[in-house]
Amino acid sequence: MIRSEILKEIAPILNPHLVVCNIGLPSQELHMIDDNERNFYMLGTMGLSSSIGFGLALAQEKPVISIDGDGSVLTNLGTLPTIANNAVGNYTLLIIDNGSYGSTGDQPTYAGMKTNLTDVARACGCDNVIEVQDKDLGPVLQEAVDSDQMTIIVCKCDSGNIKLPVITMDPVVIRHRFMEAVKA
Amino acid sequence: MNIHKKIVDDLVANDVSFVTTVPCKQLAGVIQEAEARDEIFHIPSNKEDEGMGLCAGAFMGGKRPAIIMQNTAIGVTINTLATLTQFYRMPLPMIISYRGELREPVACQVEMAVHTKALLAQLNIPTYHFHWKDDVQEFDNILKYTFMCNKPVAILTDANFWGGYGDQ
Repeated sequence: MIRSEILKEIAPILNPHLVVCNIGLPSQELHMIDDNERNFYMLGTMGLSSSIGFGLALAQEKPVISIDGDGSVLTNLGTLPTIANNAVGNYTLLIIDNGSYGSTGDQPTYAGMKTNLTDVARACGCDNVIEVQDKDLGPVLQEAVDSDQMTIIVCKCDSGNIKLPVITMDPVVIRHRFMEAVKA
Repeated sequence: MNIHKKIVDDLVANDVSFVTTVPCKQLAGVIQEAEARDEIFHIPSNKEDEGMGLCAGAFMGGKRPAIIMQNTAIGVTINTLATLTQFYRMPLPMIISYRGELREPVACQVEMAVHTKALLAQLNIPTYHFHWKDDVQEFDNILKYTFMCNKPVAILTDANFWGGYGDQ
């Protein structure tokens, strides 16, 4: 499965929850599949989906899911020790690991070579790291969201993209409606 | 007057309850003070752009955030300041140790000091420079201004403000 197929499959699981979605195609795909006010789309700032989502999880009690990619986690690798050492049960980090920089033309990442992000997350001190194959993600994600324990999911999948328009929604609108959803 | 205590008192009085830090020798006292306060959740970051991401999330979660960092970090956070904090219009007080200014003993620090104000000006970030101990009296107003206008605001604090650079 490629990322857009995965997002289509897990959209009903994501829908009731606060989701911080990675820059580029992941946000464009989620926007196309199930745009709603509980989604925070990143229009820039590669690497910070995990940090934004984690800050949100620390600041309030609703479940938060950060959708990240292997390339983006590699960009901000320091995030994993921070998350590990300040773990909160309402946070789930979903790393969609297709071994490539999808939004920029599928250049390979080191996560698709010798670097194993599941091992990296564990080595950084994350207690509950689950590696899962794309087709098996749904139940694992549901359980992670329902549980009181912070979970890092590394979802292995194929690289590949669909053609999509960019998100033209104003960033302040994205942020404002998201904050209203947080408060609701 | 204890300036570390005054800075953290003003943060608390302005309802800032989420503080992330990347350490600097000059900031050790204020970081220690923030860590000690029950009203503040202190979370160290590994890098300043990561910290700005945490602050963005905390702000959207209803908390008032602040970041404490060194001016060298301006060099690694420009993209985050422009495409996250400014683009989404979020407030962020940045308490910055202004290394490489008067009373600085480490020559390399001057290399970023000479760019610091120019970079902040290029980003249209409101910038205040604390050089004398009494300059801290303005901190409360700067915090109010930051959360009024929803912008990142820089407070540069040099070695003279902190009372020198210690025994080096």
